[in-house]
Amino acid sequence: MTTETTKSVYWQGVRDGAPFILVIVPFSLLFGVVATEAGLNVFETLSFSVLVIAGAAQFTALQLLTDGAPTVIALVSALAVNLRMAMYSASLTPWLGQASLGQRALAAYFTVDQSYACAIVKFERNPHWDISRRLTYFFGVVTPICPMWYAFTLVGALVGAKIPGGLALDFALPITFLAMIGPMLRTPAHLAAAFVSVTVALVFAGLPYNLGLLVAGLAGMTTGARVEVVLERRAAGAGP
Amino acid sequence: MSIDTIDLWVVIIGLGLGSFALRFVFTGLVGDRPLPAWVLRHLRYTAVAVLPGLVAPLVVWPAATGGSLDAPRMAAAVVTLAAGYFLRNMIVAILLGALTLYGGLALTG
Repeated sequence: MTTETTKSVYWQGVRDGAPFILVIVPFSLLFGVVATEAGLNVFETLSFSVLVIAGAAQFTALQLLTDGAPTVIALVSALAVNLRMAMYSASLTPWLGQASLGQRALAAYFTVDQSYACAIVKFERNPHWDISRRLTYFFGVVTPICPMWYAFTLVGALVGAKIPGGLALDFALPITFLAMIGPMLRTPAHLAAAFVSVTVALVFAGLPYNLGLLVAGLAGMTTGARVEVVLERRAAGAGP
Repeated sequence: MSIDTIDLWVVIIGLGLGSFALRFVFTGLVGDRPLPAWVLRHLRYTAVAVLPGLVAPLVVWPAATGGSLDAPRMAAAVVTLAAGYFLRNMIVAILLGALTLYGGLALTG
């Protein structure tokens, strides 16, 4: 199928990205509302979404700032949540490595969960695609997603300023985090990492500067990696 | 408990630059040298190691009740996590959690 035109490749991307609008819109709307509730103005809220475009990390930073955690802790924790982006970057490199520096920088900025997931599936299925088709597809996926992320953060911020108190919005953040965590628990290793993280975070909740979270993160990460190794070894041992 | 403007901008800009660096580090700089397996293995578990630790104290000691355990919030947390886990759908989990919270608050209110 080397006859695919650039235009059709672009629209394939748009089509594959479009269903994610259903996730992006409420998620960014919620960020806008919660950020305004935390005292951010519209410009600050929108800047967050444009500069960072990563929901989980944005919510993490916001929560820690609201708790009065030191900026370093807020930054390190939110970046830790975003470490998976480095994994995406590593896995996209064989496919996008030949693009120009500017194109790679632009693709890097737009590397989010959804664009990565669509792209890697498509690239592996179409290994004959040249670099320009790959980039075209990638930016096609991003087209319905990232502008919606900005737009509905803005809507959320404007709406949030008008929502009265007493709506128990204090719990919007915990509910959002829990809803993100549920689907992440795919394997016993993920479950173990989450369990250790919760336990350590509660035990070390008294540490100053929210350092308990960093201890919990390190403990959970190490646990996940260890359990994965042990399970793989066991699976290999059980084999022929 | 308002957030200091300088702190806020340090975090917004720092997180923006840091996130870009994480996204660019391999695509842009490293080229296609493969990463050691143990690094990838740890990267896989960072989000699932940080987020539960962040949320656990918020559920057990909710700020809105002055830190005492609260039945509607606890129920909402359990429903949200279970819905996310079994349905694998973040938005549906948020909606079910919010319904549980408001239902619980109305009942105990």
